[in-house]
Amino acid sequence: MSKGARLAVVLVFVAVGMGMIVFGVMTYVRENPPTVDFTTGHRPGAPVHLTIQTVGTIGFGPHPSWVSYLVKAPDGKWVHTTLWKVPAHTTIDVTVLEYDGATPLRNQFYGEVQGVGNTYTVNGRHMSLIKATSTAAGVAHTFSVPHLGINIPLYAVPSSESAHECSSAPCHPASAHQTITFSFNSGGVHEDRWQCFIPCGAGWLDGNGGPMQTIGYMGGFLEVTA
Amino acid sequence: MTATDGDRRDGGRADDPNRRHWRFLLLVVLVGTIIVEPLLWFVIRVHMPPGRQTTAAQGDQFDATVLTMMASPVVIAVLAYFTYAMVVWRHPKGAPLVDGPPIRSNLKVQASWLFMTSAIVMGAFVFGTYELIVPAGAGGGEGPSPIWTPTSKTILPVQVIGQQWQWTYRYPTYGGFETTQLVLPDNTWIAFHVTSLDVIHSFWAYQLGVKADANPQVDDVAFTKTQQTGKVTVRCDELCGIWHGAMYNYGYVVSRSSFNSWALRTEKRQAPLTKLLPPFSWTYSPSANGAGGGYYPSSIPFPSSESYGKGASGPEGNLPGVKVSHKGLSGGQ
Repeated sequence: MSKGARLAVVLVFVAVGMGMIVFGVMTYVRENPPTVDFTTGHRPGAPVHLTIQTVGTIGFGPHPSWVSYLVKAPDGKWVHTTLWKVPAHTTIDVTVLEYDGATPLRNQFYGEVQGVGNTYTVNGRHMSLIKATSTAAGVAHTFSVPHLGINIPLYAVPSSESAHECSSAPCHPASAHQTITFSFNSGGVHEDRWQCFIPCGAGWLDGNGGPMQTIGYMGGFLEVTA
Repeated sequence: MTATDGDRRDGGRADDPNRRHWRFLLLVVLVGTIIVEPLLWFVIRVHMPPGRQTTAAQGDQFDATVLTMMASPVVIAVLAYFTYAMVVWRHPKGAPLVDGPPIRSNLKVQASWLFMTSAIVMGAFVFGTYELIVPAGAGGGEGPSPIWTPTSKTILPVQVIGQQWQWTYRYPTYGGFETTQLVLPDNTWIAFHVTSLDVIHSFWAYQLGVKADANPQVDDVAFTKTQQTGKVTVRCDELCGIWHGAMYNYGYVVSRSSFNSWALRTEKRQAPLTKLLPPFSWTYSPSANGAGGGYYPSSIPFPSSESYGKGASGPEGNLPGVKVSHKGLSGGQ
């Protein structure tokens, strides 16, 4: 084999190797949980019913011990994702099945219900403010969309019922839980991040690492489309 | 260029064939500067960022204009020289390549170069330092013991709290209520007390010309005086985690009466929440891991309105001459 041919072979191998590395990195970087679509088949003017649950430990996947959100897809199956697509200018009726115990809020400010009028209920009872300074009872998580002005404290399962807590997702309503409901209007076409404001990433710096900084667990995007 | 050894040795006197080149270039720089400098001052200055919503912003605008005016003769000279060299000293097509005369040192040129560059750098240094002092810290975070303070008798304190990933604001002279809305009165000195509940953030209120780091357990104080109503964009300017890019919101500078009615209304509305908040403090002490059950108690209590600003207690003892109007802002400056 001539010197030129050998050089060409080496260059081809280097190019293929580089390409594989770039492909691998980009695939990893662009990897996202699935998006649950509530727009398909949606009748204009009709509300969207969004049912989600919060669990103390997801129980499966690469991080089984992490706290997480799940969402019920239109087909009734629970999906482990925090990426939701909803129609614009539509009332979103949300039901949260909250299965986790209390974590003190870093800032009690997030114990106040904001941005959903008087639609917020816990087990059917209207509330507007939850004291969240103890682990015995209070707030487990929040569902907050800062740019829509929405903050929903999720009332926790009291420590007295810890024996009946769900240990892995998806949790069944037979486990101890709180049912929280509220409604908001999705507004115009946009995309907003949402997150939990409880430092519930136990064991991470300031409680805000791990599941708090991983899409699919305690934060995600609300995609509002036409 | 075609300078000869003799030309360089005699320092470039009347027989120097390069003199006309230098004269022409000097003329171009002078004319260019005479045209550009007034344009910068009278036309461009008012459009310079970040605007004139506060004294700090106007100071930034002034500084940016002056520095641009200082730099523009240099830029004009460089561009003029490059252009002239490319046009006049271009090697004629087809002409034989001839080595130029040897280059030797020229004391006048060297001394002039050293003098001019030193003057520009020292000028920028002196100007920058002066501008940092005169406008009460130029809107920058001065830490818990600010060296440069306003002399106004009325300063409204606003606490800025960074947390992953949202800004909230507390108004200690209105009962310490907390809100996500940044609302400021016009024509008023503001003391921003910037702190964090977790990692390091940076409070950057662009149109206000204010930027101060938000460190946990540090009260970083920055001053400015509002002088125009309008919208304010607040961003976090310190990479602070996954939602750093979404950590922004908008504030408003409104008339004093509008501010006062907003503040009193919000204080009343938020009263049930304010009761549950920790007592107002200049900083809060987060535990290492909030998930471990630690709450965030006050670590430096807020002095009463009587002692605030009189140097009696707390970090505000370092704010000479500052006295907070407890309710309302009808008092003069």
